[in-house]
Amino acid sequence: MEHALSLFVRSIFADNMIFAFFLGMCSYLAVSKDVKTAAGLGVAVIFVELITLPVNYLLQVYVLTPLGLGYLSFILFIAVIAAIVQLVEMIVEKFSPSLYNALGIFLPLIAVNCAIMGASLFMQQRVQLDPENVKAIANIGDAFAYAIGSGIGWMLAIVALAGIREKMEYNDVPKPLQGIGITFITVGLMALAFMCFSGLNI
Amino acid sequence: MALSKKTKEAFLGPLNINNPVLVQILGICSALAVTVQLKPALVMGISVTIIVAMSNVVVSLIRNSIPARIRIIIQLVVVAALVTIVSEVLKAFAYDVAMQLSVYLGLIITNCILMGRLEAFAMSNNVTDSLLDGLGNGFGYAWILVAVAFVRELFGAGTLLGYRVIPQSWYVANGGFYENCGMMLMPAMALILVGCIIWAHRAINDKEAK
Repeated sequence: MEHALSLFVRSIFADNMIFAFFLGMCSYLAVSKDVKTAAGLGVAVIFVELITLPVNYLLQVYVLTPLGLGYLSFILFIAVIAAIVQLVEMIVEKFSPSLYNALGIFLPLIAVNCAIMGASLFMQQRVQLDPENVKAIANIGDAFAYAIGSGIGWMLAIVALAGIREKMEYNDVPKPLQGIGITFITVGLMALAFMCFSGLNI
Repeated sequence: MALSKKTKEAFLGPLNINNPVLVQILGICSALAVTVQLKPALVMGISVTIIVAMSNVVVSLIRNSIPARIRIIIQLVVVAALVTIVSEVLKAFAYDVAMQLSVYLGLIITNCILMGRLEAFAMSNNVTDSLLDGLGNGFGYAWILVAVAFVRELFGAGTLLGYRVIPQSWYVANGGFYENCGMMLMPAMALILVGCIIWAHRAINDKEAK
């Protein structure tokens, strides 16, 4: 339990998907123009991450490793992610139209979000670690903790950037730097700030 | 063979005016993460170029028989198969670089450049154009990677491709005046460098447009 908690906190701050690994950058930069949509996409990422990562964990531990099919992991993981995104989209549409309207347009985007695939690939590396290591994912509980932590970390990052970009509308930025250029530099400075979490030890 | 204007455009556009990284802002994740040193950046650039070109060709070949509803999954499977082949080849012939690239090699699958090109170009164009478009986008991506990695490795570690460029005797530790810029090795600097390249690119192209 303690280990899962530490994994959870580390994956939000020290191993933040955006600021430490640059995963999910494309949608991060494209959809961070206002806070509301950014939060919507963030929730969708947490949701999908929470389902796909434990499924991929089970596949990795109980199917791929015993059968020695490690090289098939890319195809299997992306197929699982694409299938689950499709499934989640259909289920949400049927049972909760209001949630579907809120998340709707983002769900298909998420199938190709690197943060989701990246989390599964990091999980694949981390199951091989020594269980004492703070980064190890030793059981299904850890997989859930890591999934929700990295999802929340991603959401935190996109909402923070969207807030800054909303305020930046009023600033006098040099013309060629406007838009995407200044966004890159902002994210760079945010990443510098987030680096102070890298020594975090719980 | 005279190339038509459109074919030429498909290859040359992505190198500068329509660069996938600088203008379309695609494929940023891996562009930033693998650029601490020149060698992994070079390998990554070449791998992506091969995969974009090949997947463009494959999808363009089968474009008429893909049902529209499940095209995303089919495209993903084509890309994932190619990425698996490239990653196995790299593990066999360049193990240390493959380890340095770690998850980012697998993440070529979700690289937006690939899906973007497949959706926007290969699904509606013939094989030759798709091949050139893939090569163009791959090289457009690779040169940004190499440019960023060049600056980061030169100023961050004083080496290029692992060879020492700035002589040891210049360093403060050996009685010289020079010190490596440790900032360059940090992930944040990749973002700031790409931001500056975009700045320069826009400034130059806007002037030409006027």
